[in-house]
Parts: sequence; structure tokens; C-alpha cells
Amino acid sequence: MKRHLISAADLTRDDAVLILDTAEEMARVADRPIKKLPTLRGRTVVNLFFEDSTRTRISFEAAAKRLSADVINFSAKGSSVSKGESLKDTALTLEAMGADAVVIRHHASGAPYRLATSGWIDGSVVNAGDGTHEHPTQALLDAFTMRRRLTGPDDGLGRGLDGRRITIVGDVLHSRVARSNVHLLATLGAHVTLVAPPTLVPVGVQTWPCEVAYDLDQVLPKSDAVMMLRVQRERMNAAFFPTEREYSRRYGLDGDRMAKMPEHAVVMHPGPMNRGMEITAEVADSGRCTAVEQVANGVSIRMAVLYLLLGGNEPAVATPAASSRTEESK
Amino acid sequence: MSKILIRGAKVLGGEPQDVLIDGETIESVGTGLSADGAQIVDAEGQILLPGLVDLHTHLREPGREDSETVLTGTRAAASGGYTAVFAMANTFPVADTAGVVEQVWRLGKEHGYCDVQPIGAVTVGLEGKKLAELGAMHESTAGVTVFSDDGKCVDDAVIMRRALEYVKAFGGVVAQHAQEPRLTEGAQMNEGVVSAELGLGGWPAVAEESIIARDVLLAEHVGSRVHICHLSTAGSVEIVRWAKSRGIDVTAEVTPHHLLLTDELVRSYNPVYKVNPPLRTERDVMALREALADGTIDIVATDHAPHPHEDKDCEWAAAAMGMVGLETALSVVQETMVRTGLIDWAGVADRMSFTPARIGRAEGHGRPVSAGEPANLTLVDPAYRGAVDPAGFASRSRNTPYEGRELPGRVTHTFLRGRATLMDGKLA
Repeated sequence: MKRHLISAADLTRDDAVLILDTAEEMARVADRPIKKLPTLRGRTVVNLFFEDSTRTRISFEAAAKRLSADVINFSAKGSSVSKGESLKDTALTLEAMGADAVVIRHHASGAPYRLATSGWIDGSVVNAGDGTHEHPTQALLDAFTMRRRLTGPDDGLGRGLDGRRITIVGDVLHSRVARSNVHLLATLGAHVTLVAPPTLVPVGVQTWPCEVAYDLDQVLPKSDAVMMLRVQRERMNAAFFPTEREYSRRYGLDGDRMAKMPEHAVVMHPGPMNRGMEITAEVADSGRCTAVEQVANGVSIRMAVLYLLLGGNEPAVATPAASSRTEESK
Repeated sequence: MSKILIRGAKVLGGEPQDVLIDGETIESVGTGLSADGAQIVDAEGQILLPGLVDLHTHLREPGREDSETVLTGTRAAASGGYTAVFAMANTFPVADTAGVVEQVWRLGKEHGYCDVQPIGAVTVGLEGKKLAELGAMHESTAGVTVFSDDGKCVDDAVIMRRALEYVKAFGGVVAQHAQEPRLTEGAQMNEGVVSAELGLGGWPAVAEESIIARDVLLAEHVGSRVHICHLSTAGSVEIVRWAKSRGIDVTAEVTPHHLLLTDELVRSYNPVYKVNPPLRTERDVMALREALADGTIDIVATDHAPHPHEDKDCEWAAAAMGMVGLETALSVVQETMVRTGLIDWAGVADRMSFTPARIGRAEGHGRPVSAGEPANLTLVDPAYRGAVDPAGFASRSRNTPYEGRELPGRVTHTFLRGRATLMDGKLA
């Protein structure tokens, strides 16, 4: 396992499967009455958030705490950062406080990469979303959710998503979730199709390991999972699409469209959802929508990532995972 | 002033010759010239060029003396073999009045390392709305002939048309920073395969090309000459080539970095590669080299853009755009154009001295190396190869993209009107 997690593109298939399998072990811990492991006792994890994202921050916080790490939340708002402190000085401060891992969310693409490669800090860097670049733990939790739903928690172990057809719909241009997912899903053997109005697909997409389509209705019947990306309403002001309603009509997922999907197929959303924009309430609240499950899985994935980056070689869970599986299967 | 005898230099890369300097002028050029008490500079194996002329330099003074001053910038120029630089107008205050351009011009004269020819802003405050007093700047002591809002594009077609027309009265030229502003809002790097992956806002080639296309047509319509700053794309080359074939009076420059570097370097997210216009693709680089060789692009200009360390030691989006270039330009041109056989040293003299001096009407610069001409000369050792070490720069800033990169060629001597501003690689 590498020292940092900056981009889903850096993960080999073995790395990715190891993270997913480790997350399964972590998920079992969540089912216990006491949801805590001693693995990272005495280690310090800093959540360094230059952008507001309560959801991602508390997910990492819960993950670190369940591994018994000490957690420091550093929010740029109201801190010296908002008074003009540079990323470098903030990093040096965290280094001086002895951070073993820095989980960073930043509005600038590449900020986690700079943090990891500039020599400012020694600890591991985990990218919790940078600009419009990547959000690798989101892609991992999405893949984890798909593997669980489409293959099963036990049957999925050791496997990728080979041959699965995954459709990602919406604002690909501005989406770090889409970029990370395209890389990771391709690494895991899935066939990815991006569906969006052409204005929201980046120039240069032709080298990505995926296909691009503009007609959602044609793609839906061939999808094992459909991931709806959040679309900011303000995008229409920059002429990416004419109106909210036109966007919804052409690219939103409603009950009629969902009915075109194969029966086993799931609907995913990284949240927060714009109900009535990219997804209707009927779809969001249906049993096929995994949005809430994704949040729970996010904690397991982030536990797995922190454990693998910081925990060294010791087993994460005292009871060997294999034996617990055997018991469950009885 | 004493005499200097440059012995055995290959003038413009030709056969070895001696060049005798007497005072401010070249007294004679020939073989076996007698030393006759002159100071001797042994130039065996070295190339003698007319002093280099940079049509595009940012000296930052007044206003940003933390990144460069006229003194440090002209010392950097002398180190790089330049005897004249044109200082861009985007200072604080903007060089949009006779007062500011005269100040910059006077500082250059006082320091004496390199002639400084100020460029005047086209519009007041570089805001693109109202013409600056172009005539007053031309009539000032500074004698401004080149006008540019560089850093910003004169995007209003009417303002651009008027400026092109107006400066005809006194032989001026407008140098356009071609960047359609709406197409480049939030732009961070070249728009293409790499920007798509990195999630950085794209600066599309069409934003440059559409302005160049408009401006060459405007220049044709009003019968003016127009100069294109830092041309960076293969498409721009095609447009300029077409314009020249039509007889439009257009000239264009390319920077050394656009002849060598590509947007693949941005994958490091290291802001030392952040520049405007951005680094483009390999295909663009090759088209620019070819265009410089065939004369479609007339000159090399550095776009020397010093920035303090803190403006580059940060995340990409927060970093300033620009690279220093005066002290590495000749080496990069040797690497990309001479070593590849695209041009010879006479071609270097043309692209880096004769033609930029002619475009900018820099009197006494870009002259032939022959008797009676002003002794503005540069000696370069073409056999030298070494890694670029920014710690040795004369510039106040260190934001070079070439740190540690091995490049050929080293300027050993620079003479400004017979006086050595650089002697054996050391500044006077």
C-alpha cells in the first residue's frame, strides 16, 4: 500500500481490492455493539478542511475514531487560513503538532498532491476532494457499495467489478467524483459510460477509459448501476444548460426512467441530492437507491484507508476475518 | 574609453574573426587585427552575436520591487546577453502616462546594464476602455513606439481598431496579448487531455486564435501593423502564416518556454510551470519551432515574468502566472532551434536581435557586426553544457522552469556600446 491516497488513478487493482476487502472487515465491526478497534491508538489524524463539507468530514472523523486515533478538526473558516495563511504554513503547523495523517479537502485541484510532494509534511496525505480533480475515497465507497449490491458482501471478497456496466450521469466537467470513479471502476474491470449534456463533458475526455453518451434513455437498459451526480443550479447561469426544467427532462432520473433499468440495477448518488433536479423524490426514496447505504459504507472505506496507510502490517480486526465469515455462513 | 579586441570569434557563427572595439563603436572587423594596447578577449570557439534585444520583459518597477527592479532585471538581461529590453507596462502604477515611462527609461539609463525601452499601455490602467495618451508617451523622453496592455487583452474590437489606427501617426505598433477573456474565465492551464484529467480550468487554443484572427483582419482593414505577443498554438501559426501571405503587416513572437515545454509538466501541479499563455502540447511546440525557422514567427521574446518565491510556493490555483527567462533564453533557443538544425547562428541573430530591434524601432540595436556600428555585442560559448542553477541568477526572482535541467550554451561577454556589462560570465 502506498503512503498517500491522492488519486484513484494511482491505485492498482490489487490495492483497490485490498481496500474493498479491508472495508468489509471494518463493516463487520460496525455491526458489533462496541464499534471501536484499538488499531490506531496514539496516532493523530487531522481533518484539514478548506471547504465546508460536513458530510465528508464527519465520515472521516467517525472512521478515525472507530480506529481509536486522536482526531483534530482543522476548518479553514475562522482559522488563520481565512486571514491569508498559506497552505505551506498551515502544513508546517500541522507537522509541528505531529500529525500522522492529514485528510485534506481543498477547493484547488492538486492541493493534496502539493501537500504530499512538497516536503512540507512527513505524514500520510488523504485526498478528501480537491477542486474538480478527484475524490478517491468517494469512488472507493461507491465501488464498495456496487460490489456489495451486485455481487454480495461475501461473494464479492477478492473480486473487482469485472464486466459490470456503470453509468455516471450529470456534471462530469466539474465533478471530482466522476473523475475518481472513472479511474477506479476501469481498474476494477467495469465498463463505464458517462452521460451528460456535451457542455458538461470536458474537452480531452477522449483519453479517459470510458465511453461518452448524450442520450440517457438509450443507456439505462444496459446499466447495472446508475450514478446520478449533483448538478448545481447555478450552472445554468453560465449557459451549461438552458433551464433547470430542461436539464431534469433530459438528464434527470424519475420513476419512468428508472423502470427502464434492469431489475437488479441500483441507483446511486454521492449526495447531497438536489431532489427534483437530477433525481426525483420517488427514485431517491425507492429501495433501489443506495444513497444512505453509501454514507454508511463511507465510514468503512475510510477506516480501511486510514488503517492501510497508518496501521502497518498488523491485522485490523483481532478475530481473523476468515473465521468470522465462516461463522456467518453457518 | 579604451579599446577592446575580441580575438577569433565566429561572427554570427561564420569563420573566426577579430573585432576591434574603440570606445562605443566597432572600429574594424577582420583577421589578424593588431592588439595595439587594446584589452584582449580571447573568443576562440565562441560565437559573436549582435547584442540581444528582448521585445517582452517585465521589470516590475515601479510597484513590485519585491520581484524585480530595473536594476536587477537589467543585470539579468546583461547576464543573458541582452543589450536592450522592452519593459512591459503592467506595473503599479501602470505605464500609461509619460511620467511613468520616463521614470522607467531613466532608471535603465542610470544603471547602465542594458538599454530599457518602456512599452506604453494601450488603455488607461490596462482596463481596455479608454485609450491612454499614446502620443504623449511617444513624444516623451522615453520615445515609446510599442504599446501593449500585456497581461490583458485589448478585447474590445473598437478600442483595438482605434489604437492600431492612432499609432500610425508616429510609426508605433500595438503588441496584442491575444486572450479572449470570456473563453478564459477561471483558466489555469491549456485545455485538453491533461486539463481534463487534472481538473484544472481550461485555457483553450481558440481563445488565442480567435483574437489573432480578428486583429490581423483589423490591421489589414485600417492598414496598420500589429504585433502578436507570445504566440503559443499551432492554430495561431496557421493564422499568422495566412495573414502574411495576404500581405498583412503582422509580426509575432514566441517565448523560449513555448519552444521547449509542454502541458504534460503540469501533472506535477508545480506552479513553476504556470504561465500565461499556458504551456501547450507537443504538437504546438513543434509547430512553433517550425514557424520560427521559416519566419512565420519573427522573433523570440522572453516574457520574463519574475515572481517572489511565496507566489509560487503554494497550490496551483493560488500561484502567480509567469516564468523568468532572460538568463536562459539563448540556451533554450540553442537547444530547441540550433542543436536541432532548424536555424543557424545567423538565424539566432535575426530572431533575437535584428528583427526585434526593427519591430520595436530600437535605435543602435540589432545592427550588423561591422565597422562603424555601435558596439552592442554578445559572446556565447556554444560548447558549454550545464545544469541551470537559479541560485546564480542575477534576477531577483528564481521562478525558472529549468532548475536542474541541462542546457547548452553560456553567455560569456556582453558589450553595451563598447562597455562590458558582462565579462567572463561576471557582471560588471
